[in-house]
Amino acid sequence: MGGEGVAGLGYQELRTSLCWVTGGTRPLPFLSWVLPAVPAPAMGLELYLDLLSQPCRAVYIFAKKNSIPFELRTVDLLKGQNHSDDFVQVNPLRKVPALKDGDFTLAESVAILLYLARKYEAPDHWYPQDLQARARVDEYLSWQHTALRTSCTRTMWQKMMFPIFLGQRVPPETLANTLAELDRCLQLLEDKFLKDQDFLAGPHISVADLVAITELMHPVSAGCDIFKSRPKLAAWRQRVEAAVGEDLFREAHAVLMKAKDLPPADTAMKERLKPLAQLFL
Amino acid sequence: MSLGEVLLCKTNLGVTGPPPRGGPSGAPAPQALRAQAIGPERAARAPMGSSAWGRAERRWSVAARGPLSPVSPAWRGRSAPAMGLELYLDLLSQPCRAIYIFAKKNRIPFELRTVDLRKGQHLSDAFAQVNPLQKVPVLKDGDFILTESVAILLYLARKYKVPDHWYPQDLQACARVDEYLAWQHTALRRNCLRALWHKVMLPVFLGEPVSPEMLATTLAELDMALQVLEGKFLQDKAFLTGSHISLADLVAITELMHPVGAGCQVFKGRPKLAAWRQRVEAAVGEVLFQEAHEVILKAKDSQPADPTLKQKMLPKVLAMIQ
Repeated sequence: MGGEGVAGLGYQELRTSLCWVTGGTRPLPFLSWVLPAVPAPAMGLELYLDLLSQPCRAVYIFAKKNSIPFELRTVDLLKGQNHSDDFVQVNPLRKVPALKDGDFTLAESVAILLYLARKYEAPDHWYPQDLQARARVDEYLSWQHTALRTSCTRTMWQKMMFPIFLGQRVPPETLANTLAELDRCLQLLEDKFLKDQDFLAGPHISVADLVAITELMHPVSAGCDIFKSRPKLAAWRQRVEAAVGEDLFREAHAVLMKAKDLPPADTAMKERLKPLAQLFL
Repeated sequence: MSLGEVLLCKTNLGVTGPPPRGGPSGAPAPQALRAQAIGPERAARAPMGSSAWGRAERRWSVAARGPLSPVSPAWRGRSAPAMGLELYLDLLSQPCRAIYIFAKKNRIPFELRTVDLRKGQHLSDAFAQVNPLQKVPVLKDGDFILTESVAILLYLARKYKVPDHWYPQDLQACARVDEYLAWQHTALRRNCLRALWHKVMLPVFLGEPVSPEMLATTLAELDMALQVLEGKFLQDKAFLTGSHISLADLVAITELMHPVGAGCQVFKGRPKLAAWRQRVEAAVGEVLFQEAHEVILKAKDSQPADPTLKQKMLPKVLAMIQ
């Protein structure tokens, strides 16, 4: 990988620094004939994401906020791109997010967030060194898998994706149960994690807040105003958005907020999404 | 607990907490306490002597008969010191077994607080003070209370500076452990739990029959998860994330013992997984492994729950295994 490069910089470092200069993820194209003819270097960091997915949004926001240079590889879940041969090479579990760093591939958003935090030495508050503070972040990241994550996904699908996108009716009792479960999880989020703190794991934003806020935007996009009767949670949301940056937050959620305007799925898409959809009923 | 007992708890490696104070007849004899602590064979082999261990044992026996009297005026009026590490566990539960093995293997001194799930002890008001979510495992370290087994394992690994291989410093090796610990929540964990409850606990403990179709589906899903465990995680390595045992292996093996406890032959026809199991058991230590799994291997013999308890537990169980 790399070679002599220019001015003592390896090819990869130069390419990365050029990305920073241009503000994009590809270096200025004309420079490719200025640089010495070396074999194509291994790619830098690639993030395989679909911003429709909550964990993808958390990874996206974290990488952008910390100015981590990466190539965005969009994997459109609704089009079934997660089943392509290329993508299966990256993640045999056929899920997003996925990370590829040279030859190293990694699945699972929590693992990806921690990898990025460590490799790029993100500021301490994201995943604090302090033993107890870190334990609080770990506790949230563990709990959410089978709690908030499940109920937010189900809510969004049952309230929006099934009726609007798939043209499938959801029994009212099922939706009512899902919303009740979501309510229970939100109560736990407030009582057990947030309490009277500014952020979920203490006075500063951490990866726990990123994972949580991106989850909560799922039911929001389906028209559930979960913050309406929860002033504590609403105030926390404002703080998280401010800490992330309003523009970045909006950018990360653009795809999700347009989900309700998606054209209805065609027959082929419905067939393909059937097994996935069964999980969310 | 007196200061002496607290200190001695910490120095008596491998012993889980002070001996009980004894029943109505008073504290048990020092010899009985000693046998309880170090095992009957060892107690018979080596009588209390003049070694440091012997002196510690004599002090401990004295402590067990009652609190050490204050030795200086400075101690009078001092409030009882904070408890050391407490682990609230029921070895029926997979994540509890992983924590138990990890703490014992690494000689982390702790007080074992057994919370008997089949007696509904997790639903008591007393336990709700410790964990309002009414679940095990729970860690209590002074005033610091922590739930979620993954968080507890990582906390113990860091606080007690265990050998690196459990949760490596190396960036990519660590990421592999994180990846497994994240994946398992909604995959292997869920399938192993459902296998145990559908095959044994629902019919035997809660008296709720499970249809053959439901059981067949559960076992088929377990099979798929095992394929992923072998194909994506283990592959041709000695352990799940590399050449040494890590937290990932502990969490995985304790999961797999759940369907084993239910009578499912998960290692049959899977020689790679069976070989991995042997390696993990050897790395943990056969005696410790057996001790941790005594309860789950007798799950089939669970006494049926009384109707009141069944009524309280059934909806929670169904929510847990959905």
